[in-house]
Amino acid sequence: MLESIIQGILLGGYYAVLAAGLSLMFGVVRFINLAHGDMAVLGAMIALWLVQVLGLGVPWAIALTLPMMAALGWLLQRFIFERSLKGGFLIPILTTIGLAAALQNGMFAAFGSDTRSLGAYIGGLSWASWQLPGNIFVGKLPVYMFATALVVLGALHLVLTRTGFGRAVRATASDPEAAALCGVDAIRVHRGAAAIAVALAGLAGIFLALRAQVTPFSGPMLLIFAFEAVVIGGIGSLRGTLLGGLALGLAQSLGGMISPQFSLLAGHCLFLVILAVRMSQGAASERGGWRAALMATVLNRAQMRRRA
Amino acid sequence: MIALELNGVHGRYGLLQAVKGISLDLAEGAVLAVIGANGAGKTTLMRMIAGLHPVAEGAVSLLGEEITEMSAHERVRAGLALCPEGRRLFTDLTVRENLQIGAENGRRGDWNLASVLDALPQIAPLLDRAAGGLSGGQRQAVAIGRALITNPRVLLLDEVSLGLSPAAVDGVYQSLERLRGHMTMVIVEQDLTRAMGFAERLICLAEGALELDGAPQSLTREQITDAYFGIHKAELSHA
Repeated sequence: MLESIIQGILLGGYYAVLAAGLSLMFGVVRFINLAHGDMAVLGAMIALWLVQVLGLGVPWAIALTLPMMAALGWLLQRFIFERSLKGGFLIPILTTIGLAAALQNGMFAAFGSDTRSLGAYIGGLSWASWQLPGNIFVGKLPVYMFATALVVLGALHLVLTRTGFGRAVRATASDPEAAALCGVDAIRVHRGAAAIAVALAGLAGIFLALRAQVTPFSGPMLLIFAFEAVVIGGIGSLRGTLLGGLALGLAQSLGGMISPQFSLLAGHCLFLVILAVRMSQGAASERGGWRAALMATVLNRAQMRRRA
Repeated sequence: MIALELNGVHGRYGLLQAVKGISLDLAEGAVLAVIGANGAGKTTLMRMIAGLHPVAEGAVSLLGEEITEMSAHERVRAGLALCPEGRRLFTDLTVRENLQIGAENGRRGDWNLASVLDALPQIAPLLDRAAGGLSGGQRQAVAIGRALITNPRVLLLDEVSLGLSPAAVDGVYQSLERLRGHMTMVIVEQDLTRAMGFAERLICLAEGALELDGAPQSLTREQITDAYFGIHKAELSHA
């Protein structure tokens, strides 16, 4: 049980990084990027190409891939997303569906359909583990990835709360018109947010390639996981996204204790329960995250008891 | 020098013409009050000047430079600030952060956090509170402070007293009085007595058109009431 909880928390860090980009794009740019999972896979594929073809070490591949992904995010926002946002609600969704299809088929053409992994290029780290009391084994790689996730999300939190750019991002997310009245250039903010979001997707893809395998068609499943973590944690909240990722990881890990087939299903079930609570407590969830929704549920029940 | 100039400005919402060919110029340091009934086009006019609503026809100039095609954030950096109807503070952010955003992205100038707190001392104890938890009067003071800290040459204030208690309105007008002479002000106000007491010049809009323009002292109560309710126009159409 304890081992499953630890594994679930470590897996949650990966989901949090995967979901943070999606949450940032929706929270700031008001753009649902259905190609987010495929961008994660693209990040993994670029890192794999740098390692397998150019012979770079994995750390160098990561260091090169992330700025490339950030640049891709900036360019996508500049030349595709901005234009599609002018077309109303439906056009951006159709645009990202098309982008996802193009990415999948492009990666298939460039890299083939074989499953690939970075695990073979990090030596013994793939299987190295620490033994804790109680005969519990914790893999070193998942711990390092979890620590990296915390550092990255913590750094992003600091950027959003302590820098002028971060304040402009939060202001634009809160009220774009009022932000413009303060002199904030929303276009610049949106491009910056898209760059960060796609870089985060790329990092999540690299995480996946380090601990498992990827194919050009892995993206849609990653998108589902990202959506689930975002919905569980609350859209637009970085802390909520981290908690959502942890909750999803824990649900999958604990579900796997019941049956290996129940692992993914447990995550989907948690997502559906949270979604149902959120829909029934729409006003509360607008005020902030799943905790507010649960609190409103508890308060409503207490009020009903008092009336009875 | 002319601080703000409107030349035959028209504004539309689809087929509805909300602002009809308004022209006016405003000298530097002047205080103009804009009055009119609900739906007269006051807020649309403010939004057009600030760059939040497109100008369908005509031109807007700020300190001699045409700004009609500029986006809202570019106009702020050119020296124009709008304190919008409803305050529109960033409610999840603290008061300090609300002011910082204006300071970091606005025009460089003499207004900074210290000078804003001098002009609006009621903000000082609120700096680290979330803007969403403030009273209406406090929110209005912060909204004015946030506009000031962008260092505007022309400050637009839309419905500054709307929804505030009389005491809060007194506080807001005392703050605005301290700004007189520092910048050109355009104030949209439903309260005729306040508008006439504060402004040096008053215009009245009715159905999007300019109905009346003059110094408050030179206008009779009857003239203003007639323009406010569009009675003159109605009489003309009957004739």
